[in-house]
Amino acid sequence: MGADDDDGIRLVGVTRRYGDVVAVDGLDLVVPRHRRLGVVGPSGCGKSTALSLICGLEEPDEGRITVLGAADGPGRLARCAWMPQRDLLLPWRSVLANACISLENRGVPRRAAQARVRPLLDRFGLAGFEDARPDELSGGMRQRVSFLRTLVADKEILLLDEPFGALDSITRAGAQQWLRETLASEPRTVVLVTHDVDEALLLSDEVAVMSRRPGRITARLPVDLPTGSRREVIASAPFVALRDRLLAELEGGW
Amino acid sequence: MVTSDRTRRRARRRARAFLPAVGVFLALIGLWELVTVAFGIQDYILPAPGEVISTLIDRWSDTLASATWVTAQEIVLGFGMSVAAGLLIAGGLHFSPIVRRALYPLLIGSQTVPVVVLAPILAIIFGYTLTPKIILVALICFFPVVVGTLDGLAGVDPQLVRMMRTLHGTRWSIFRRVEFPAALPSVFTGLRLAAAYTATGAVFGEYAGATDGLGNVMRQAVPQLQSGLVCAAIGLLTAMAVLLFILVSLLERILVPWTGEGNDR
Repeated sequence: MGADDDDGIRLVGVTRRYGDVVAVDGLDLVVPRHRRLGVVGPSGCGKSTALSLICGLEEPDEGRITVLGAADGPGRLARCAWMPQRDLLLPWRSVLANACISLENRGVPRRAAQARVRPLLDRFGLAGFEDARPDELSGGMRQRVSFLRTLVADKEILLLDEPFGALDSITRAGAQQWLRETLASEPRTVVLVTHDVDEALLLSDEVAVMSRRPGRITARLPVDLPTGSRREVIASAPFVALRDRLLAELEGGW
Repeated sequence: MVTSDRTRRRARRRARAFLPAVGVFLALIGLWELVTVAFGIQDYILPAPGEVISTLIDRWSDTLASATWVTAQEIVLGFGMSVAAGLLIAGGLHFSPIVRRALYPLLIGSQTVPVVVLAPILAIIFGYTLTPKIILVALICFFPVVVGTLDGLAGVDPQLVRMMRTLHGTRWSIFRRVEFPAALPSVFTGLRLAAAYTATGAVFGEYAGATDGLGNVMRQAVPQLQSGLVCAAIGLLTAMAVLLFILVSLLERILVPWTGEGNDR
């Protein structure tokens, strides 16, 4: 066990096939606890499949996955939160009721669940919208509800699959800044899949580059950036240098 | 209040939406009256609308009132039974692949049995009571409920189910909080179809043997050439089925506000 305790997530020789298509081929990946790993790569390289495998929604055909020591599907599912690109809010539930759903699933009565989640709305910029329906919200707000719902599930591992992919670039910049602050105040083990190089660098301690399908990790870059606002960081020399290296790694990937 | 204002505006728009249907209905009645007068058609062949209405009034207390009450019970109880059975069967088929493989072919087969043949058999078993009519209505109506529910459950976005699995969702809580609500619009499509079939089922049942009910009134009035009474009974029967249809649609508006007119922002 000993070594496993320090590992948040460990994938050894993981392969996943869909019929004749090899989505992920012999993937090795380690994410230490409380570290944030960004994964960038061309579309269709198996990034999303890797996340589904880690969180136990799917099982690998070959290889072994452990998440905080748990190797079985239900065990991984109990430890991982998953947030896909689409917000997947339930249109028949209010903002508050959507955010509470994981508590209700665990048997907390609706009223108690809402009392527990209501104070969090303010921090997510949703104060005053608790009774709104999802279709009354902007894309950025919907994504914040989705994120709140994910955090309320209280999992130590956070798997983000292009969380801001559906947002326009202005909303997206705001969302990235906001997520930076949120993650800084609540450290979790995070895997962030994206094809936005800036987003990966801004939100991660380390960025892994994935090759075209079948996906493998071809490079890993530690990210060490000055602190500051999103705009300051993006303009800093280390950021520009890192982005250039990442883009070079990705070149020819499409 | 903004909401009450919006509700009122929506109600007015909805009322206006019914106008064309009402207009066509009235025009057809007028044409019918005109044809019977203009061509001097005998009452027993085609009674004029005025004649039907006066029969409706004259025969209300001695015949039609009790017949309507009996048929209404058959329709409501039969419909309720078909909804309960339909939801239960669809739920069973959805949850268990074994049940689905065992029951689905039988279900489809059951729909090929002509109800007309079943009616007398049920009458022999249960006598001239309400029971065989209720069973007949339920038999005719449960299939659209099953198909609507199954279709709705099969059409649920698989991503929603995956999301729920990562949010501590058990099989049952996923069904209760995601699959069933998401299937509701399709369930209601089945319910509306079922509501429209209820009157047919009740009449078949009463034709096979009954002591009261609108189908029974028609069965006796036809050989006596009392066409006015037949038409009055048909009118009452239609009104009941339409009323049930409207009630189901209203219930849908209340329970499924996130589709249809809810999105007219």
